[in-house]
Amino acid sequence: MSSPLLRAVEGEQSDVSLVASSPTVDSSQNGSGLKERNYMGLSDCSSVDSSAVSSLSVEKNNNLNLKATELRLGLPGSQSPGRSSLNTGKLDEKPLFPLLPSKEGIYSSIQKNVVSGNKRGFSDTMDVKNSVYTAGNWMFNSASESESPQSVEQGKFSGNSGMNVVPSSRPSGAQSSIMKEFPGNLLQEHHRATIGTSHNHKTASNNNNSAPAPKAQVVGWPPIRSFRKNSLATTSKNNDEVDGKPGPGALFVKVSMDGAPYQRKVDLRLYATYQELSTALEKMFSCFTIGQCGSRGAPGKEMMSESKLRDLLHGSEYVLTYEDKDRDWMLVGDVPWEMFIDSCKRLKIMKGSDAIGLAPRAMEKSSNRI
Amino acid sequence: MNYFPDEVLEHVFDFVASHRDRNAVSLVCRLWHRVERLSRQRVFVGNCYALSPEILIARFPGLKSLTLKGKPHFADFNLVPHDWGGYVQPWIEALSNSRIGLEELRLKRMVVSDESLELLSRSLANFKSLVLVSCEGFTTVGLAAIAANCRFLRELDLQENEIDDHSGHWLSCFPDSCTSLISLNFACLKGEINLAALERLVARSPNLRSLRLNRAVPLETLQNILMRAPQLVDLGTGSYIHDPDSETYNKLKHTILKCKSIRNLSGFLEVAPRCLPAIYPICLNLTSLNLSYAAGIHGSELVKLIRRCAKLQRLWILDCIGDKGLEVVASTCKELQELRVFPSDVLGVGHAAVTENGLVAISAGCPKLHSLLYFCQQMTNAALIVVAKNCPNFIRFRLCILEPTKPDPVTMQPLDDGFGAIVQSCKHLRRLSLSGLLTDRVFLYIGMYAEQLEMLSVAFAGDSDKGMLYVLNGCKKLRKLEIRDCPYGDKALLTDVGKYETMRSLWMSSCEVTLGGCKTLAKEMPRLNVEIINEHDQMEIGSEEQRVEKMYLYRTLVGPRKDAPEFVWTL
Repeated sequence: MSSPLLRAVEGEQSDVSLVASSPTVDSSQNGSGLKERNYMGLSDCSSVDSSAVSSLSVEKNNNLNLKATELRLGLPGSQSPGRSSLNTGKLDEKPLFPLLPSKEGIYSSIQKNVVSGNKRGFSDTMDVKNSVYTAGNWMFNSASESESPQSVEQGKFSGNSGMNVVPSSRPSGAQSSIMKEFPGNLLQEHHRATIGTSHNHKTASNNNNSAPAPKAQVVGWPPIRSFRKNSLATTSKNNDEVDGKPGPGALFVKVSMDGAPYQRKVDLRLYATYQELSTALEKMFSCFTIGQCGSRGAPGKEMMSESKLRDLLHGSEYVLTYEDKDRDWMLVGDVPWEMFIDSCKRLKIMKGSDAIGLAPRAMEKSSNRI
Repeated sequence: MNYFPDEVLEHVFDFVASHRDRNAVSLVCRLWHRVERLSRQRVFVGNCYALSPEILIARFPGLKSLTLKGKPHFADFNLVPHDWGGYVQPWIEALSNSRIGLEELRLKRMVVSDESLELLSRSLANFKSLVLVSCEGFTTVGLAAIAANCRFLRELDLQENEIDDHSGHWLSCFPDSCTSLISLNFACLKGEINLAALERLVARSPNLRSLRLNRAVPLETLQNILMRAPQLVDLGTGSYIHDPDSETYNKLKHTILKCKSIRNLSGFLEVAPRCLPAIYPICLNLTSLNLSYAAGIHGSELVKLIRRCAKLQRLWILDCIGDKGLEVVASTCKELQELRVFPSDVLGVGHAAVTENGLVAISAGCPKLHSLLYFCQQMTNAALIVVAKNCPNFIRFRLCILEPTKPDPVTMQPLDDGFGAIVQSCKHLRRLSLSGLLTDRVFLYIGMYAEQLEMLSVAFAGDSDKGMLYVLNGCKKLRKLEIRDCPYGDKALLTDVGKYETMRSLWMSSCEVTLGGCKTLAKEMPRLNVEIINEHDQMEIGSEEQRVEKMYLYRTLVGPRKDAPEFVWTL
């Protein structure tokens, strides 16, 4: 279960120094005790309301949330610099993407590797025997309703391989696989792709992943109604609160984005921090901002232009907000994660310009609650 | 028969109840068609986009009960984007503008708005029964309208809907004059409930037979309710938590002794297992027990409870009962007909607590079993062969091995032979869901043996187009086929296009069909809607080889639907 592991790392001090490399975080280093909230993604952000933010109980989280709530939309499969380091610190697992210099080429190649047209590669789909479950697989878990290119392409599992394989070991254009404990050839024999793609054969032999890969999760699998999933989540949470154990289960909330044709759903229980959530949402919705998601095109076909990618990574025009139990819209990131999960009913990715003015209300509210 | 006056024909047709039989009757000749349609009161529409409300109303002026289904089945698992469609509003508008005195409306996987509910409640004077299953889009405001305006309401049954709770006061909207309630199910509501209003409502509903409460109703209220309604046949508890040494609990124990009519028991959304003994006295009478939401009852308590339920015909439980628990079920519940075992770890990548052993035990002990939904850790061919032999009466067999493409763990072989045994032995099989490692061979078996098969769900299976073709060719009665993550492409799709007009629908996602293939199909079969769900906001013209991520096609009388969102293309 993800929850015990991830909740244990709640409230840990983030290693802010690792984050400092990103220009947008500079404002947090002012050391004045005021933490600027970088909602706009600009280093001189109009976070005049930052003074309202520094309540003691959330100060620790600010360091995390500052970066975590910054919704920066990049290529699906890409990782903004600085995020992976937080992941490393918090989840104590292999970095999803090690810190890389922000070369567009690498991001696009990561994207393409993840997306290249491997369809029926069951051999390279999920790591089925791995017992280490981690919510690091948010790419899929969050895509419970969505079909972001990765999850769509790999039939749900293999995209995970994109997350857990160090990019340098990944041959371009090929799908890296996570094969564990399966009699290696058996699956390949049974699951050859039909339409002459060589990917499966390639991937079948590509058992190169040395890291213990977390169990991948598939969109819409197992086939249980989301109502039931959500309900059992609440039930077990309530029951376990009595026992003192954290409960399993899913907590799906709708996510909409200004300008996107339709909503998605994410399972909040799969994340332990705001950063994870926002990274997942980045992936889910990036295809709308970019306007071209790598579908099954050959690698290189849908390359991002350098400048466009750079703009998106550093531009960060979007802001993540949520509707709470009182039906108010609040900026995500102000309250501790647990409190957020408890009260979040819906998420919305708004244009930054629309979200100005939400911050002070948020802090007043949470201070009222205390 | 032509010499009989219409009234006689009509009287004869009264005895023909099932939809299929009545449909068959209507095809005999024009006379019968006319008599049948004028006398028809209950209509089932499996796909709301297959026809229009106007057609329905024109054909069946005497319509009293309508069942409508909207989204494809895989929408339950988040594979269909929100806003895909399935709106009930046009139907309600059309019905309210007509002279049809609709009394019952049953909806599944449809989008229902408060506006629709309000319109329904105001325009259908004789409305008696509303059943909503797996729907969304409405709130307690809509429920309040139903409560307030439907003077003769008998049934309000909400099953597993996503409802936004604005307040619990909708229950107070039932007027004091409303005394006709027979069935009330609001178990899926998440919010608070006006408990006093609930108790008063129960007190003035002498015909109440079925009551399912939500989580917000505490044990004290349950006690009060059962005092006033000992005639209940179907009970769903709300929050079943109390101090077993308390006065309230004691009272409950005594009250339940009077509830001799309870045959269906469900709920226990929150439960203190030490309070379970209160229900032991009624266990012997139970024919249906649904503990699939009772995550708070652990294996050993489940077993203690089930040991007392010798007459059980339907059992829905969580897999924490374990194989051993299932053995107890097998030895106790000899009348069992339907079993559903759900995973308690809903994220699904964890551990299911039941294996093939539990299923084998059940099959050995419960020969009347005909419906199964079983989520398990693993399955073997040997086990399936034994199950097939023990239970040749399966009508529905849905097996979900949690790990996709998992082979037989003992032999490491695919499960083709196991499922083959099932279809060969169960000659009345109508619904089948496959899982585990499967090759084309299992589809060969299905095509050969599953002659009555109407619905097939396939995921992560097969090697080539042949698999799908075996099924399309062999299963003459196939109505619904839903496929995800299988290597079937255009050849499978296009070989027998006429087949799709004999079916309700076909769903294919993450397969190998291309845009070009779908376009060809759409061109050849104008009476099908071939919908592509296009989530990438771009499907370039000219990229015929591009694989289609999600395709849903269905036969229809009314052409492409007008309410399709941007991301759905009807080719």
